[in-house]
Amino acid sequence: MHVVVCAKQIPDPANPGRLSPDTHTLVREGKLVLDDSDAYGVELGLQLAEATGGEVTLVSMAPHDETSGLRTALAMGAARAILVSDDALAGSDALSTAKVLAAAVRRAEPDLVLTATESTDGYTGTVPVQLAELLGMPSVSFAKRLAVKDGVVHADRQTEAGYDEVEVPLPAVVSVTAGVVEPRYPSFKGIMAAKNKPIERLGLSDLGIDPATVGLAGARQEVVSVVAAEARDAGEIVVDEGDAHERIVAFLEQLKVI
Amino acid sequence: MALDDASALVDFGSLLDDEERMVQQTVRSFVDKAVRPNIAAWFEEGVAPGELASELGGLGLFGMHLTGYGCAGTNAVSYGLACLELEAGDSGLRSFVSVQGSLAMYSIWRWGSGEQKQEWLPRLASGEAIGCFGLTEPDFGSNPAGMRTTARRDGSDWVLNGAKMWITNGSLADVATVWARTDEGIRGFLVPRGTPGFSAGDIHHKLSLRASATSELALQDVRLPASAMLPEGRGLSAPLSCLDEARFGIVWGAMGAARDCLNTALAYAGDRVQFDRPIAGFQLTQAKLADAAVELSKGLLLALHLGRLKDQGRLRPEQVSVGKLNNVREAIAIARVCRTVLGAAGITTEYPVLRHANNLESVLTYEGTAEVHQLAIGQALTGISAYR
Ligand SMILES: Cc1cc2nc3c(=O)[nH]c(=O)nc-3n(C[C@H](O)[C@H](O)[C@H](O)COP(=O)(O)OP(=O)(O)OC[C@H]3O[C@@H](n4cnc5c(N)ncnc54)[C@H](O)[C@@H]3O)c2cc1C
Repeated sequence: MHVVVCAKQIPDPANPGRLSPDTHTLVREGKLVLDDSDAYGVELGLQLAEATGGEVTLVSMAPHDETSGLRTALAMGAARAILVSDDALAGSDALSTAKVLAAAVRRAEPDLVLTATESTDGYTGTVPVQLAELLGMPSVSFAKRLAVKDGVVHADRQTEAGYDEVEVPLPAVVSVTAGVVEPRYPSFKGIMAAKNKPIERLGLSDLGIDPATVGLAGARQEVVSVVAAEARDAGEIVVDEGDAHERIVAFLEQLKVI
Repeated sequence: MALDDASALVDFGSLLDDEERMVQQTVRSFVDKAVRPNIAAWFEEGVAPGELASELGGLGLFGMHLTGYGCAGTNAVSYGLACLELEAGDSGLRSFVSVQGSLAMYSIWRWGSGEQKQEWLPRLASGEAIGCFGLTEPDFGSNPAGMRTTARRDGSDWVLNGAKMWITNGSLADVATVWARTDEGIRGFLVPRGTPGFSAGDIHHKLSLRASATSELALQDVRLPASAMLPEGRGLSAPLSCLDEARFGIVWGAMGAARDCLNTALAYAGDRVQFDRPIAGFQLTQAKLADAAVELSKGLLLALHLGRLKDQGRLRPEQVSVGKLNNVREAIAIARVCRTVLGAAGITTEYPVLRHANNLESVLTYEGTAEVHQLAIGQALTGISAYR
C-alpha cells in the first residue's frame, strides 16, 4: 500500500517566533521542524506500509524550500517527499493550502492519505476534509484507531461521547488524532539514510495552479485582529474534608469531561 | 527574557548541521522520556541500565560512529552529541554506552578478526549482547603496563589467569575484552560469559556511578581457543587506542552533566524566593550562574573543536587529554556550585545535581585520572615523560 502523509513543517515550538503586525499571520523564518502532531501520521503510515510491503511518501507545503522537518520524517522511514514551495503561497489560508496539497497528493497516486487533525501552529483543523473533497475521496476525521483490510479502512472515529466505528473504501483521506500510535525515534541509520532520500521540489506552475487563486491574493479568509489570551484563573483548590472525590466528580461532570 | 538552556548562551546549536542536530534531538527526547523519570530511583537502588539495551541498540547508539556490522556510521561529532545527551541523563547511562561502543565494540572492530567481527559486532550493535573491557587490575590502575593477568599458550589454546577490577558492565557482559600479558607482549582476548573459570561479581557500596554495574572479573585457568585472541593488536597501544575513543565521548558527556546541573540551578534560582525576591536576582547567585555558563560554553566549544579534528582524522591523544581534563574538572566545579544554588534541596535525588557531582568523581578517575592527563599534556609540552 502506498501511503501519503501530509506533513507540516512549523516554527520550533521551543522558539515560537512572532506574528506579523500587518497580516496577523505567523512569521515563518528560520528553521522549521516537523509538527509533532504529524509524527503520528508518519508512524501510522509507516506501520501500514511496512505491513503490506508499501512505502510512505510525504507531502508538504512550506516556505523557502524548507526541508529540515521533512528530513526528520524521512529519518523515521518515509521513502520520499514532495515539497511545494512558492513565494506566491505566502499568506495562504486553509483552502489554498488544501488546493496545493491536493494537487501534490494527486501526483503521488496514493492508496491512502493521512493527516493530523490540525496543525500545532495554525489550528484551523479544516484542511483534512477540504483535501478529501478536492481529491474526491471519502474522508474519516479524528481516527483514534485505524486498520486497512481488503481495500477498506476500518477506523474508530473519536466523538464527544466515545467513538464511532466507521468504514470507507480506499483511496481515502484519514485524519488521525495525537496518540493513535507511538511515534518511533528516528534511528541513526535512518538519519544517515535520510540525506540521500529524494525530495521532489515543486512550484505552483509545476502543479498547474494559478498564483492568483492561492496565497494572500487568493485568500478568502483574513485575520482581522489578534488579541492576547486572557490570563488563566488561579483555579479551584479542593481541600479534602472527606467528600473531595464527590466534589471533583461533580466538577468534571459540569465540564462534561466525564 | 531568561534562557532555560544555558548552552544557548553562545548559540552552540548553530555550529551543528541538520544531521547532528537530529541525532542530538533524538537522544535528548529519548533520555527525557525513558531515563529522566526513573533515574533517581535507579541511582538510589543501584540499578544499571541493562534493560534499556535493546532500545539503545534500536536507536543505533551502540558503536554509532563505527561502520559496517549493523553500526550506523555517524560522524564523531554526532557521537559526541549523543554522549552529551546521555550523560545529561546520568553518567552511568553514558558509561554503559561508551563501554559498549568505544571499548568493547571498538576493540573488536579495530583489532579483531573477520570472524570475531561477524560473531559479535551485529549483536553488540543491536543491544542483544553486552560487552565489557577489562584492563584495570587491583594493583595496576594508572599503570596498566604492569598488569599481572597472563595468557599462556597450551597447544593451540590459550590459558588465562588473573583478575580485573572496576570493570563497567562486567556482570552484565556476554563477552569481555580482556587484556593479558603474553610472551609476545600485551594482547586482547574475547572471553564469552560462562567460560569455565571466568566469573564476574559486582562491586557494592559505591557512592558514585550507582546506576552502572562496576565489577571484578576473576580468571582462573580460563581455556580459550586460538581464535579468541584479537589478532591485529599487540602491546599496550591496542587497549590505549580504545580508551582514546571512549575519552572522546567523555569530553562531551561531562558537559551534558554540567548542562543539566546548570539548567536545574537556573530554573530553581528563578523560582526560589528569599528576602522577598527570587535568588536569581542576587548578584552572588548571578556570578555563580554566569561563571558556570561561561565554563559550560568553553567546554562545549572545545568538545566541538576536538570533534571536528576527529572527523578530519587529525585528533591526537594529547588533545583528547586536554578535553578530558578540562571538561570533567569544570563539570564537577559546575555541579558543585549549582548544588549551592539549590541549598538543602540540592542534596537529595529529587534534583539531579548532587547525583551528577558524585558521578563525575568516577568520570574524573576512569579513562585516565586527571593527573595522568596532566602528565600526558606535560609530556606533549615539554617532550619529557614524567611517568613512564
Ligand atoms: C566507576 C568506574 C568504572 C570503571 N570502569 C572501568 C572499565 O570498564 N575498564 C577498566 O579497565 N577500568 C575501569 N575503571 C578503572 C579506572 O580506569 C581506574 O580506576 C583508573 O585508571 C585509575 O586507577 P586506580 O583507581 O587504580 O588509581 P591509581 O592508579 O592507584 O591512582 C591513585 C591516585 O594516584 C595518582 N597517580 C598515579 N600515578 C601517578 C603518577 N605517575 N603521577 C601522579 N599521580 C599519579 C592518580 O592520578 C590518582 O589520583 C573504572 C573505574 C571506576 C571508578
